[in-house]
Amino acid sequence: MTEKIAIRVRDLVVGFGDRTVLDRVSVEVKHGEIFGFVGGSGSGKSVLLRTIIGLIPARAGSIEVLGTDLTHADEEERRSTERRWGILFQQGALFSSLTVLQNVQFPMRQYLKLSKRLLQEMAEAKLDMVGLGPQDWNKLPSELSGGMIKRVALARALALDPELVFLDEPTSGLDPISAGDFDELIRTLQRTLEITVFMITHDLESLYTVCDRIGVLADGKVVASGPIGAMLASEHPWVQAYFKGKRADVLARRLAQPQA
Amino acid sequence: MSAKPTLYATAGAPELELAAAGAWTASHANELEALIDDVAADLGHGTASIDMHKVEAFDTYGAWLLERLVRERKALGGDTTIVALPEHYRDLVTAMHGAILEHPPKVAHENPLIRAVETTGKTVIDVGNDLLAIANMLGAIGAATGRVLMRPRTFRFTSAVHHLDRVGLQAVPIILLITFLIGGIIAQQGFFHFRKFGAETYVVDMLGILILREIGVLIVSIMVAGRSGSSYTAELGSMKMREEIDALRTMGLDPIEVLVLPRVFALILALTMLTFLGSMSALYGGGLVAWFYGGMSPDIFIARLKEAISITHFKVGMIKAPFMALAIGVVACAQGFSVKGSAESLGLQTTASVVKSIFLVIVLDGLFAVFFASIDM
Repeated sequence: MTEKIAIRVRDLVVGFGDRTVLDRVSVEVKHGEIFGFVGGSGSGKSVLLRTIIGLIPARAGSIEVLGTDLTHADEEERRSTERRWGILFQQGALFSSLTVLQNVQFPMRQYLKLSKRLLQEMAEAKLDMVGLGPQDWNKLPSELSGGMIKRVALARALALDPELVFLDEPTSGLDPISAGDFDELIRTLQRTLEITVFMITHDLESLYTVCDRIGVLADGKVVASGPIGAMLASEHPWVQAYFKGKRADVLARRLAQPQA
Repeated sequence: MSAKPTLYATAGAPELELAAAGAWTASHANELEALIDDVAADLGHGTASIDMHKVEAFDTYGAWLLERLVRERKALGGDTTIVALPEHYRDLVTAMHGAILEHPPKVAHENPLIRAVETTGKTVIDVGNDLLAIANMLGAIGAATGRVLMRPRTFRFTSAVHHLDRVGLQAVPIILLITFLIGGIIAQQGFFHFRKFGAETYVVDMLGILILREIGVLIVSIMVAGRSGSSYTAELGSMKMREEIDALRTMGLDPIEVLVLPRVFALILALTMLTFLGSMSALYGGGLVAWFYGGMSPDIFIARLKEAISITHFKVGMIKAPFMALAIGVVACAQGFSVKGSAESLGLQTTASVVKSIFLVIVLDGLFAVFFASIDM
């Protein structure tokens, strides 16, 4: 079986004014994998994500998502591709005037013809899948905690059963236990729903436990990509510092112990 | 495009056998739901099995509808088994099997009469709360002013100048333009109607008194309420939403002193100056119309104006200006601080701020009219 590619970015150049943020970046994400993307703060990870989903225009290069060449796609092709992916923004980006349930129903109402009953049930089922109980369904986003906002945002990203999910720092701002739970949740959902996950993260534990492959962005370029083993073997100074720093070392030893 | 979803009976007694095929996915969910409801209605209470091996595509929507069918039949006492489910869809069905859905209790229909009474009551309480919030803000500003007067160095001078630029200097062109037009319109209407009585010379009296006493300050106040009051509410409201005000408070700073006082101070200065400029511009507009439309030369216009108005009329207008500014500032800041977490609430409070401050400006103007009449000004 040939491996299908979910995202293929080639020689992407993005910049603002006279500053080039991404300089000929190429990334490939295979179908059905969890791809973790790391890089220092301000290295352009979010810019890459926002360029792929079309919020920032690219200066050069090509972006192909789920078999559609987005650099040359017309409005309609783009729409139909957008319907096949879900995005979890860093701050959740929930609609503040809608309840939790309405937030999840919003994309369903836009894109699907569903009966009122099914609309209600599907939104409830999605929220149940991300671990939110009925007591929170009618709350407004301002009444939710950070972890709950991320869960609702994930439920909304999954509302249309997308093939591809973009997660922008899904575990940032969560305590280690919640972050661990959230990683577990992503893994389970990825397995059950067979989705491809493109995840920007700073969380070393996520990289070790859930990501199949990792890409590293430094100085506007992808300096390393591959499974965690390849990261540890990389010669690049930033990658060395990141994966072999003090925090990473403790984690690697802890995670290695049970198998030893 | 994948095939339509189907579900049909393949064998009847003793055990009902159903075969499913096609795409059981979100985009077909509507037809699938109708189909399943039809089949469920035809099914008896016996055991049934559903053969899933021909299903081409399957997602949470299909899985949930399947699970719903199973649950509904179970509730009626029928057993349903799912057979030959492709391996990679098994997790999905298991996940849906565990889903706990709870329908929130239906809201009972209320008596419309009771609801009308309730709404009225709530509105009255809201009005009361608004008045309290405004009084509270006025008091807080008073107290903060007292504190700042004791220690003048704590006054945020830079901030006040910045706001003075925004609500004062930057508002000058639009205020001049609008009051110029209003002055012109009043003069034109005056000449048009007074001509019938041969009383054209009194147009200047009307113009001068009306603009200096009422129109100048009113138009400028309403413009400032819409322009600067709304922006104060939106600024303070979004700062409240993003916990910036809480942050200030925890640093031991008083938000009223830091945010409100410079804004209100700037508004009072700006509105007074704008009222002066606006009145002059309106008189100028009126004078031009008198010249070109009424045929009254500028010399005569100025001479008539000198006779018609006195410093008292000018004072009446100017005295009102700072009070109008205070009303607008207090309402705008009070509304800004009562913004809740959502974007919708920010919009509501901004609207309320403009509506209430314009209302208050007009009420104040009425009270001033009574006051000045009783002191013969």
